[in-house]
Amino acid sequence: MVRNDWICPDYVETRSDLIVDALREHVVITVASVTIGFVLSVFLALVVRRWRRLAAPVFGTSTVLYTIPSLAMFGLLFTITGLTTTTVIVGLVLYSLTILVRGVLTGLDGVPADVREAAVGMGYNGLRLLFRVELPLALPTIVAALRVTAVSTVALTTLGMLVGHGGLGQLIKQGLDSNFRAEVLTASVLCVLLALLADLVLVAVLRLSTPWRRAVS
Amino acid sequence: MNTDDFIDAIRWLGDGANWRGGDGVPVRFAEHMWLTGVSLLIACAVAVPIGLWLGHIGRGGTLAINISNVGRAVPTFAVMVLLFLTPLGLSDWTTIIALVLFAMPPLLTNTYVGMREVDRDAVEAARGMGMGALQVVGKVEFPLAIPLIMNGVRLAAVQIVATATVAALVAGGGLGRIITSGFGRGDYPQLIAGAILVAATALLVEGSMEWLQRRVDPMRRITRRRTIDQVAVPQAVPHEQSAIESRL
Repeated sequence: MVRNDWICPDYVETRSDLIVDALREHVVITVASVTIGFVLSVFLALVVRRWRRLAAPVFGTSTVLYTIPSLAMFGLLFTITGLTTTTVIVGLVLYSLTILVRGVLTGLDGVPADVREAAVGMGYNGLRLLFRVELPLALPTIVAALRVTAVSTVALTTLGMLVGHGGLGQLIKQGLDSNFRAEVLTASVLCVLLALLADLVLVAVLRLSTPWRRAVS
Repeated sequence: MNTDDFIDAIRWLGDGANWRGGDGVPVRFAEHMWLTGVSLLIACAVAVPIGLWLGHIGRGGTLAINISNVGRAVPTFAVMVLLFLTPLGLSDWTTIIALVLFAMPPLLTNTYVGMREVDRDAVEAARGMGMGALQVVGKVEFPLAIPLIMNGVRLAAVQIVATATVAALVAGGGLGRIITSGFGRGDYPQLIAGAILVAATALLVEGSMEWLQRRVDPMRRITRRRTIDQVAVPQAVPHEQSAIESRL
């Protein structure tokens, strides 16, 4: 075949299993990174809220990590964890902290003091106060931060191809090596669609989990 | 973890042979800075006037703000490879086109938001004094929007430095080449040394842009007392925060 079209239905049809595999790896890496990043960020945000003096070092470190280009990050992590998905996930988790920790902290700080007092008066305290009152009220800000993180994590996952685990990035790399346009374009479009889907899912989660916001507006 | 590789990476950095010749560190660094500088200038020349104009007339806000989110969703690597497979082929200009594309969203968003956040009373006062549209933009809105515009320039610069590294994966120039060639040949000390150089360059650019951001703020003499307390917290905090909240 001499033609090198950008769109090739034959490719999508005959290589669908490979495409699905790449897509699955992409989703697994993204979901794992955002989930771990989120749990870690909630923890860090709580630590910063408890000990305000730690704000500067926590934000400073996460900003420095965020500034390190992904190629350097994956390159350095590769020497520790090798050619594994772990390398990619650890890198993406480190990137997610900058926005997530700030998002969670801003959300928690935005909970009105009288609401918190009312909850304490009703006997809420500790973890129950956090999970039943504070986190639900902080959810809009937290989800906004999660959306930014999820979308950029989907895009950054492609660079995991440096260590052989880039999900759709693998297909882009293959297409580059074999000069196969349709493969590159298919993978790129899927990647953008995946980011869009992640964004929509998070919007839906927010709507479903905060019914009181709809009632008001 | 192999600590020997790290020690060898330090040795690699100290070895004069790696700092000479056509693929030595200074040449790669110069390539990187050239790509970054040219792309940043082009991106600013295109995006800032558009942002100023849209911000002045108060239109196109949805576009100006959402373009940053779109920019985040598109993988730099994909765009780089796609451009490379077009008839443009492999040249520095292909890389620069990609870098400019990724630098524009933060510039446009921050310029637009900066213009919209200018105190309306100041704009009204300027109009009342008889200033025309150009004067209002040039003498009132633009100077007051400078902190946010510079924030956009800083974000764009950091984005370009990082994206220029990715160019090495598509066989472009720059410091990323040290990483990819170290990776390709299984020369891990070189890979680590390259990663350290790339990270250091990114932090250097971030640091100097932050310094520049403070220097060019026309209001800095007035706000200095307040900003001293905030030095420990990165400048981006309030702006990134407002960007997050604007998505609600």
